[in-house]
Amino acid sequence: MGKTFAEKVLGKATGNEVSAGQIVTVEPHFCMSHDNAAPISKIFRDIGVNKVWDSSKLVFILDHAIPAPTDKHAQNHKVIREFVKDQGIEHFYDIMSNGGVCHQVMCEKGYALPGLVMVGSDSHTCTYGAFGAFSTGIGRTEMAATWATGKIWFKVPDSMKISVNGTFSRGVSAKDLILRIMGDIQSDGADYMSVEFHGKAIADMSLGSRMTLCNLGIEMGAKNAVCPPDDKVLNFIKDKAKSDKWESIWADEDACYEKALEYDLANIEPGVAKPHTVDNYSPVTEVKGTSIDQAFIGTCTNGRLQDLEEAAKVLSGKRVAVRTIVIPASWEIYRKAMSKGVIDILLDAGCVLANPGCGPCMGNHEGILAPGETCISTANRNFKGRMGNKESFIYLASPATVAASALKGEIADPREVLV
Amino acid sequence: MGSSIIKGRAWVFGDDVDTDLIYHNKYLAVTDPAEMPQYAFEYYPGKENFAREVQNGDVVVAGTNFGCGSSREHAVYCLKEGGIPVVLAESFSRIYYRNAVNNGYPVLVAPGISSKFKDGDEIEVNLDTGEITNLKSGEKIHGDAVTDLEKEIMAHGGLLQYIKAHAGKE
Repeated sequence: MGKTFAEKVLGKATGNEVSAGQIVTVEPHFCMSHDNAAPISKIFRDIGVNKVWDSSKLVFILDHAIPAPTDKHAQNHKVIREFVKDQGIEHFYDIMSNGGVCHQVMCEKGYALPGLVMVGSDSHTCTYGAFGAFSTGIGRTEMAATWATGKIWFKVPDSMKISVNGTFSRGVSAKDLILRIMGDIQSDGADYMSVEFHGKAIADMSLGSRMTLCNLGIEMGAKNAVCPPDDKVLNFIKDKAKSDKWESIWADEDACYEKALEYDLANIEPGVAKPHTVDNYSPVTEVKGTSIDQAFIGTCTNGRLQDLEEAAKVLSGKRVAVRTIVIPASWEIYRKAMSKGVIDILLDAGCVLANPGCGPCMGNHEGILAPGETCISTANRNFKGRMGNKESFIYLASPATVAASALKGEIADPREVLV
Repeated sequence: MGSSIIKGRAWVFGDDVDTDLIYHNKYLAVTDPAEMPQYAFEYYPGKENFAREVQNGDVVVAGTNFGCGSSREHAVYCLKEGGIPVVLAESFSRIYYRNAVNNGYPVLVAPGISSKFKDGDEIEVNLDTGEITNLKSGEKIHGDAVTDLEKEIMAHGGLLQYIKAHAGKE
């Protein structure tokens, strides 16, 4: 019987052969924290250890509320800077033009690498699976303990295999696929599992699209989500890799899966997750015409260059009907979008841009909703009150659907706008 | 873990109670756990008064996938610090469950529980045996922690106490 990806990576990390269900203790290759490094540093101090186990393994990236919108946030940032100095942490991305949303920065700067075991004090840490890493989100106490000991325990997860074939139709993208999958298996459909994406369509997808798929892994309850580390990944990480410990690892052909699903992209259409749960799926055709007050394009789910380009294709030469907030996921993306003229297209269409970061995604700033308002967003969560007000409504969709909706002031089918 | 027999009233929640419903992101910049209980379930429809009305010893009962969403530990602290001795659910999201265990906070997976209790029912939970009793109807069901390691971490009172107890032993 062959091994799954999770069994092979965790086996390698422990130096033993392991199987699903076993408890293992491993040393993570990288530990990522964002603004919550501040409270974690307090918990760390309480443990009574002076120095973190290996300062070169910690990566801090400010993104949740930057630049600080309140004095409390500013104080947290200050605590982090002091901790960074005290502990000699070299991988620190402050509020500067090399930063952005933590998961984007982790991927574009070469931390997310095949075969690594990575943890982050953020649930969307599962995004790094797009590069073949085993990565998962953990809480603050656990992160503080990992800084102190260099060790973390895992139950080797059962695995789910999602095979995807075919090609996307016009106006359809990876977000539509993953929204549909979440609708099918529901928000706990992959609880505790390692989700592996297989198939020709995954091989054809850009790394950005794979990041969108893996990013939403947590919204199905998964421990991690992962795509094969193919040549696209290897070419990308060349000259960028921040660790030499990586190794291409993938599941055996005859691995044992708890669940297996198959999708043909020919059957995927533009879709949305309706308020207030991520698995409340509808094809866009069933909700089009729903009035909106705000559109938001950005986040670790869909704030990449390809996403901005997809939106620009829809918005080019036209004018949005509602306020449309665009936040590139990193400054690197922002610059590329500028040099390619994408930013101009978006500004000409009436969009406003904010600095790379999480923005209004979890209701911190830069686009909070008023009571009764509706936003269509490229983000990953539409929980009640997620964007700051509990009487507001959030629809999740692809960049093309969000852009098409922005043009009409109501939820719209991008296939009717794209020519 | 203190007294292993808990008696209180049940507060019953549905499936997929996400971390924004338990502890809204508006209060994420709060770092002192003692300040967190006042915000518990503020966004949960029909349970907005939870923080004001809950009494020490009351128990949270929920459906499947409790704590889905964010990794925020506030969602554990706001209940633990608020005097809720245990959360009982059909199932938990992975990160919530782990955060609870790491804080020595009892959470029991109790299949079938959400149909056995209504708001306000008197409930008794034996944390040693996992036996859960509806004192109003007399019905009993069983809840349990998942792995031996998790039980051991809980027995130490949480992950920090566990690693302190094991420091230098390996």
